[in-house]
Amino acid sequence: MAEISRQTSQRRAGQNLGDMAMVPVRLAMGLIDAPLRWVQKTFGLGGMAAFFLLPNMLIFGIFVLLPFFINFAYSMTGGTALFLSDRSFVGSDQYARLFDCSNYLNPNTCAEDTFWTAVSNTGWFVILQVTLMIGFSLVTALILNRDLMARSFWRAVFFFPVLLSPVVVGLIWKWILQRQGLLNFGLYGFGFEPHVWLTDRNWAFAATVGVSIWAHMGFYTLIILAGLQAIPKDLYEAAEMDGTRAMRVFTRITLPLLMPNLLVVIVLVLIRAVQIFDEVYVLTGGGPGTSTLFVTQYIYETGFAAQLRNPGLAAAASILMGLVLVLLTLMQLGLSRSSEKKGARK
Amino acid sequence: MSRAIEFLFRRRGGKGWHWTDIVTWIWLIVGLFVMFGPAVWLTASSFKSPAALAEFPPTILPYVTQKVTVEGYDKPLDLYTVTLDDGSTATLAEIRRIGTVSQMIDPDKPAEIVKVNIAKRTPVRQMSFATENYTEPFIHFDFVRYLWNSVFVTVTATLITLVVNSMAAFALSKYEFRGRTFAMLLILATLMVPLSVIMVPLYSIVSALGLFNNLWGVILPTVATPTGVFILRQYMLTIPDELLDAARMDKASEWQIYWRIILPLTAPALAVLAIFSVVWRWNDFLWPLIVLSRKELYTLQVGLSIYSGELNVQWHFILAMTVVTMIPVVLVFLFLQRFITTGIAGTGLK
Repeated sequence: MAEISRQTSQRRAGQNLGDMAMVPVRLAMGLIDAPLRWVQKTFGLGGMAAFFLLPNMLIFGIFVLLPFFINFAYSMTGGTALFLSDRSFVGSDQYARLFDCSNYLNPNTCAEDTFWTAVSNTGWFVILQVTLMIGFSLVTALILNRDLMARSFWRAVFFFPVLLSPVVVGLIWKWILQRQGLLNFGLYGFGFEPHVWLTDRNWAFAATVGVSIWAHMGFYTLIILAGLQAIPKDLYEAAEMDGTRAMRVFTRITLPLLMPNLLVVIVLVLIRAVQIFDEVYVLTGGGPGTSTLFVTQYIYETGFAAQLRNPGLAAAASILMGLVLVLLTLMQLGLSRSSEKKGARK
Repeated sequence: MSRAIEFLFRRRGGKGWHWTDIVTWIWLIVGLFVMFGPAVWLTASSFKSPAALAEFPPTILPYVTQKVTVEGYDKPLDLYTVTLDDGSTATLAEIRRIGTVSQMIDPDKPAEIVKVNIAKRTPVRQMSFATENYTEPFIHFDFVRYLWNSVFVTVTATLITLVVNSMAAFALSKYEFRGRTFAMLLILATLMVPLSVIMVPLYSIVSALGLFNNLWGVILPTVATPTGVFILRQYMLTIPDELLDAARMDKASEWQIYWRIILPLTAPALAVLAIFSVVWRWNDFLWPLIVLSRKELYTLQVGLSIYSGELNVQWHFILAMTVVTMIPVVLVFLFLQRFITTGIAGTGLK
C-alpha cells in the first residue's frame, strides 16, 4: 500500500515537472493566439488554412522546388562561379560534353571518362545489388514468417543495421576488411594468407555491394514480411491438407500473391541503389582508382570537391540521374496503383 | 524441460526434421553473427591500445603486454616469460633486441644481462581497457563540439519538423479549400526529388541566404519532409470532425483547436515521426559534408569521415568515436525498435 502511494506521488512529481517545463510553451501558444484570432476574423477559415500551410510550403518552395527548377538553368551555364547571375549561358554544351563518346561501352573513349565510368559502375552495382538484396530479403522474410520462437527478436536482429548511420556502417566494414581485420583473421584460421581487400579493384567493388546489402536488407525484409502476412492463412491450410510440397506451395501460392508487394520493393531498392553514395564514400572513397566511383559521388566531386569544380556539368549529370529516378518512381506508382486495383476487384 | 526444448525446436508438420527447418535455423544463427558481429567487434576493438590494434592475429578482448619499471632504465620495459637453457622458466624484462637474440634482465637483479633466443620467450599479457581512446578525443579533437553540433542539429530539426509538418497536415486534412489536392500532390511529388539530384542549386541557394558554414543551413532544407506530412495527415483524417465543430461552438479559435485538440490526439503519429526524424538527422551525411567546411561546425558523421580519411588514420580514436556515434541509435533500437518496425510495415517509409 505504502509502495503504491509512493509510486503515485513520484508519478505526480514527474507530471508536475513536465507541467512546469510546458509553462513557457503554453505561454507562447497563448500569446500567438491573440493575433491569430484577428487573422481568423479578417481572412476566415481559408486564411487560417493558408496560415497553417505556409511554413511548410515556404520551406518546400525555397529548398526543394526552387532548386529543382533552377537546376535546369544551371545545367545550361558554364564556368566556376557559384551564383547563377555570374554564370555564362552555354546552351546544351554540358550535355554534349557528357555524351561526347565514340564508344559508349568503353568509358575511356569519352571526353568525360569519369562520368561514364561512374555510370557503368552504378549500372553493375544496381544489377548485382538489387538481385542479391531481393534474394536475401525474400529468404529472410520467408524464414521470419514461419512459426518461430521469439520471432520479434529475430526480426530485430536483421533490422539492427538499418538504423546505423552510413558513416558508421562504412567504418565498421573498413575496420573488418583491413589487413589486420576480422575477415583476414577468420581466413588465417583456415590457412589463407591475409589479403588487403579494399585495395583490390574487384574485391572493393564486391565489398560495396555486400556492405550496402548488409546495411539495408532488414528494411526490405520488413516490407516483404508485411506482404507475406497479408496472404490468407486458409490457402496454406488447404495446401497442407492436400499434402502439397513446400517448394510447390512457394511457387504456386506465396510467390504469385506476394508479387505486387515484391514489385514495389524491387523498384524501391532500384531507386535507392541508383543514388548509392554515403557508405561507399566512407568505405572506399570511390577507389582504388575509380573502381567504386558511383554517379552521386561524381556529381558531388564535380560540383564541390574537384580542383576545377564545374557546377554546370554536375547539374547536367544530376538532371540525367533525376530523369532515371522519375521514371522509376512513376513505375512504382503505376505498380502500386495496379496492385491496389487488383485488391479492390477481389 | 523437455517441453521447453520441444517448444524451442518446433518444426513444420511436427514430425521429423524437414529440410526447411534446418535451413531456417542455420540462416537465423548465421544472421545473428553477421548482423551483430561487426558492431560487437568494432566495440571490442575500441578498447584496445594502438599496439594491440596492430597485432595479427587479433584477440577479441583487449590484452596488452605487461610492463615493468627497472632502475637504471628510463622507459618501462616489456615483461616476458622465458624458457631458460636448463628448462626452467623465469619472468624477465627485455632491454633490447638484436636480430633473433633478446637481451633481458631480471627486474629484481638489474645488473645481470641474460641473452635469450626470441623463440623462447612469450610476452606476459594482461587484460587492460584503453579508456583513453574515449577520453582523449575530447581533448585532442573538437569531439565535444561535434557531439554538440550533432545534438543541436538533431533536436532542433526534429522539433521544427514536428511543428511545421503537423501544421501542414492539419490544413490538408481538416480544411476544404481551393488547391488542396494540388498542394498535396506538390508535397508528394517532392518525394521524387532527392538531395543528390538538387545539391548543386540547393548549395547556391543556401549560400545566397548566408547559411553556408552555418548549422541552420543543415537544418532548414531537411525539416519539410513529405513523408512526415503524409503520415500525420493520414492519422489526422481519423479524428472526427464533430470534435472540431464542438470546440468551435465553445468559441475556440482555430489555433487553439490545432494546439489543444489535434496535437494531443495525434501524439502516437507524432512520436513515430519524431523517432524517425531523430535517426534521419543524426545519420545525415552528404548534405552536412557539403554545407559545413569549417572544422568547428562539423557534425559527428562529418568529423568521423574526415578523420578516418586522413593519410595516417588513428584507428584507436576513430573506433571509440564511432562507438559514441552509434550509442543514440543503439538506444533507439533497444527501446523503440517496435514503433519503427510497425511504422515501416504500415507506411513503407524510411
